[in-house]
Amino acid sequence: MEPVAVAASRNYITAEEGVLSWLLTRDHKRIALLYLFSITFFFIVGGLLALGIRLELLTPAGDLVQADTYNRLFTTHGVIMIFFFLIPSIPAVLGNFLVPIMIGAKDLAFPRINLLSWYVYIVGAAVTVTAVLIGGVDTGWTFYPPYSTVSSQSNVMTAAMGVFITGFSSILTGFNFIVTVHRMRAPGMTWFRLPLFIWSIYATSLVMVLGTPVIAITLMMVFVDRAFGFGFFDPSRGGDPVLFQHLFWFYSHPAVYIMVLPGMAVMSELIAAFSRKNIFGYTFVAFSSLAIAILGFLVWGHHLFVSSQSVYAGMIFSMLSFFVAIPSAVKVFNWTATLYKGSISWDAPMLYAMGFIGLFTIGGLTGLFVASLAVDVHVHDTYFVVAHFHYIMVGGATFAYLGGLHYWFPKIFGKMYPESWARFAALVTFVGFNLTFFPQFIVGYMGMPRRYYAYVDEFQVWNVLSTAGATILGVGYLIPMVYFVWAFKYGKDAGPNPWGAKGLEWTIPSPPPTSNFEETPVVTEGAYAYTEGRLEVV
Amino acid sequence: MSETVHADAQHAHHPALQHHFDSLEQQAEASTLGMWVFLATEIMFFGGLFLTYSIYRMWYPLAFHEGSHHLDITLGAVNTGVLICSSLTMAMAVHAAQVGSRRGQIRFLILTILLGGVFLGIKAVEYAEKFRDHLIPGHHFQWHGEANPRNVEIFYTLYFTMTGLHALHMIVGIGVMLVILWMAYRNRFSPQYYSPVEVSGLYWHFVDIIWIFLFPLLYLIGRHG
Amino acid sequence: MAAHVVPPRVYFLIFGSLMVLTALTVGVAFIDLKVMNTVVALTIAVVKATLVVLFFMHVKYSTRLTWVVAASGIVWLAIMFSITFADYLSRGWVNAAQ
Repeated sequence: MEPVAVAASRNYITAEEGVLSWLLTRDHKRIALLYLFSITFFFIVGGLLALGIRLELLTPAGDLVQADTYNRLFTTHGVIMIFFFLIPSIPAVLGNFLVPIMIGAKDLAFPRINLLSWYVYIVGAAVTVTAVLIGGVDTGWTFYPPYSTVSSQSNVMTAAMGVFITGFSSILTGFNFIVTVHRMRAPGMTWFRLPLFIWSIYATSLVMVLGTPVIAITLMMVFVDRAFGFGFFDPSRGGDPVLFQHLFWFYSHPAVYIMVLPGMAVMSELIAAFSRKNIFGYTFVAFSSLAIAILGFLVWGHHLFVSSQSVYAGMIFSMLSFFVAIPSAVKVFNWTATLYKGSISWDAPMLYAMGFIGLFTIGGLTGLFVASLAVDVHVHDTYFVVAHFHYIMVGGATFAYLGGLHYWFPKIFGKMYPESWARFAALVTFVGFNLTFFPQFIVGYMGMPRRYYAYVDEFQVWNVLSTAGATILGVGYLIPMVYFVWAFKYGKDAGPNPWGAKGLEWTIPSPPPTSNFEETPVVTEGAYAYTEGRLEVV
Repeated sequence: MSETVHADAQHAHHPALQHHFDSLEQQAEASTLGMWVFLATEIMFFGGLFLTYSIYRMWYPLAFHEGSHHLDITLGAVNTGVLICSSLTMAMAVHAAQVGSRRGQIRFLILTILLGGVFLGIKAVEYAEKFRDHLIPGHHFQWHGEANPRNVEIFYTLYFTMTGLHALHMIVGIGVMLVILWMAYRNRFSPQYYSPVEVSGLYWHFVDIIWIFLFPLLYLIGRHG
Repeated sequence: MAAHVVPPRVYFLIFGSLMVLTALTVGVAFIDLKVMNTVVALTIAVVKATLVVLFFMHVKYSTRLTWVVAASGIVWLAIMFSITFADYLSRGWVNAAQ
C-alpha cells in the first residue's frame, strides 16, 4: 500500500489531499490535528466567557449583565473548558499523535474508532453549543438537582445530552489507548522501557474508561427526571439530591485526574529532554501514575463535605484525599531531582515545565486546605476553591499542554516555532496567570462566594487585580496562536530531532510518514538513555 | 527485525487483516481485549442505576415490596429463561464459527435473534400492562396500596429506567447480530478469523448478565407472605 | 486463532445449570426467609453470572489480562457501592451519639 521507499517530501500531511481525506482519515496523526483545531476553538470560546465573567467582577455591583445571564456565563465557561478543552486536550491531541509512535506501532489498535471518537466529540459539542445558543444553562457545570431537574428554566436537558454524548468520545479514546499499549508495543518495548508519557496516558485511560460511564448514567437520570417527571433526585418525591452528588462526583473527581495526569505525562518528557537525563526514580514515577488513577477514585466525597453527607464518611474522604496527594508529590520530587546535575536548557517547553512544577505545587498544597473538613466548611463555594482548581487546571494542565505543543510542534509540523517569541509568551502567561488567580485565594479566604455576580466593596481591589491578570493571560495565550500559524508556513525546517532528545518519535522524519516507521523498530534500551553531554542535534 | 512483520506469511494477505496489525492473532486479541474494556464501562454505566436502586430499596422497603409484588413474575421468569436460551444459542454460534460451520453459524444466529425478539415482545406486553394500570411514573402515576405512592413511584422509576436501558441494549444487540448474520451468510468467517462473532457474543452475554441481576432485584422482592 | 474450542456439551451443561438456578431462585422467593431472601437471591444471581462469564464468555480459557479487566469492572463497582453506603449508613450517627 505505501511505497517501500518513503519520499522525503511525502509525509502524513501531504500524503493525501482534499477535505474528505482529512474528514475520513484513519491516520492517528491526522485525527490528532482534527482534535487540535476543535479544542483550540473551544478554548477560545471558553476564554471569552471567562473574560465576560472577569469584566462583570471588576465592580462590586452587578452592572454589566443580569444575575441570570451571569449564571449562564459561568456555567458555559465551566462546561466548555472542562468537557471540550481540558479533558480531550493532551490525550486527544498529543496522545493520539504520539502513543503509537512512542511504542513503535503504525497506528492505534482501532483507527476507525479513533475517528469515531472525534465525530462523537463534534456531535456532543454541537448539541451543547445548541443549548448555549438557544438560551444557555444556569445550573453551574455541576447540574445539581433539584434545581436542575425541577426549578431551572434553562436548557438543562439539551446541555446534559451534549455532555452525555461527549463522554463517549472520552471513553472511546481511553479504550483505544489501553488496548494499544497492551497489544501493540514493538519488539523489545517492555513496560519499563516505555516513556513515562505512556504510563501516564495509560493511567488516564483507566480513569476515562471506569469513571465516565458513571456521569453518563447520572446525566441520563437528570434528563429523564426533567423530561418525564421522574423523581430520582427530587426530595418532594422521596428522592435524594445528595445521591446525585455522589454519582456526579464519583466521575467528576477522577475527571480532574483525567485532566492533570496527561499534563504529568508531558512533564516527564520535557524534564528528561531539557535536562538531558533519565528521570530520577523512573519506576516510582510510573507507579505513581497508577496510584493517582486508583486513589483518585476514592476521594469524591470531599466535594460533599457540607452537603449533609455523614460526618464519618466525610472523615474517611478527608483522610483519603490527603493520601492522594502523596503520589503527586512523589512525581514533583522526582522531576526536581532529575534537574540536579542535569544539562539544562531554557527553551520555551522547559519554561512551561518549570511553571508547572511551581504552580501545580501551589494548587496541590491548597488542595490539602480544602481537604480538611473544618477548613472546607469555611472556604467551600468561595473563590479559594476557584483559585485552587485553576492553579491545577491552568497552572498545571494547561501549562503542560502548551509546553507539549511547543516541544512536539517541530515533529508534528516539520517546522520550528520562533523561540524568542515563545519564551516571551511563556513569561507573559506565567505573570498573567498568577496575577489572575493568586488574589482569588485571598479574596476567597476573606469570604467572597463563587458564582455570584456582585460582591461587597472590600473585595474589589483583589477582583481588579484578577481581571487585570486575566487580560495579560489572554495576551499570553494569543501570542502562540499567532506564531504557531506563522511558523507552520514560514518557520525554519525542523529535522528529525531538533532537541537532541531520546525517544522513538525523534528517530523518524518531521513530519512523520503515514505509517510512522519504515520497519518496525526493535527496542534495546530504556526510554531516557542519555549519555554524558548533549546528543548531536539532527 | 523483520520477523514480526513476516511471521504469518499465509495471514499477511488475509483480507480481514488490517494493515496496522502484524497478524490475525494480534488483531483478534486486540478486539477481544477491546470488547472487555468496553464491557467494564458498561458495568459502571448500569452500576449507577444499581446503586440508586440499592439506596432507595434500603429507604423504602415496604414500597419496593408492594411495587415488586405487582410485577408479573411469570413473564419475568419466562424472559429470564428466554435470555439464557439465547446465550446458549449465541455460544453455539461462536462455536460454529470456530469450527468453520457456516450453516451452524446462520442457524444459531437466527435463533439468538429470534429469542431476543421474544424477550422484547414480552417486555412490550409488560409495559403495555403498566401503562394501563397507571404505573408509568410521572403525572399519571396512581397507587392504591399501603405504601406511600411517592415511594412506590420511585420503584417504578427504577423499573422502567433499568429495564428500559436494558431493552435498549438488547435492541442494539439484535442490530449487531443482524450484521454478523449477514457477514456469516456471506461466508466471511473461518477458524482463522471469527473475532467479530466472538466479541458480539461477549456483548450479548453481558446483556444477559444484566438481566440475571435485574430479575431477582425487581421481580422477586416480597413474593412471600 | 489459537483460542480454545469449548465442546458443545459443556455449553449445554451450563445452560441446564442456569435454568435450574433460575427455577431455584423463583422457588425460594416464595419462602419467607426475612433478610436472607435477598442474600440468597443475590448469591444465586452471582453464581449464574459467574457461569456465564467463565464458560459462555470464555474467561476460563482466556488470558490473565482478560480476567483482570473483567474483575476491575466489578471491583470499581464495589468501590462506588461501599463508600457511598458508608455515607448512607452512618448519616444518623452523630445525633445518635448525642
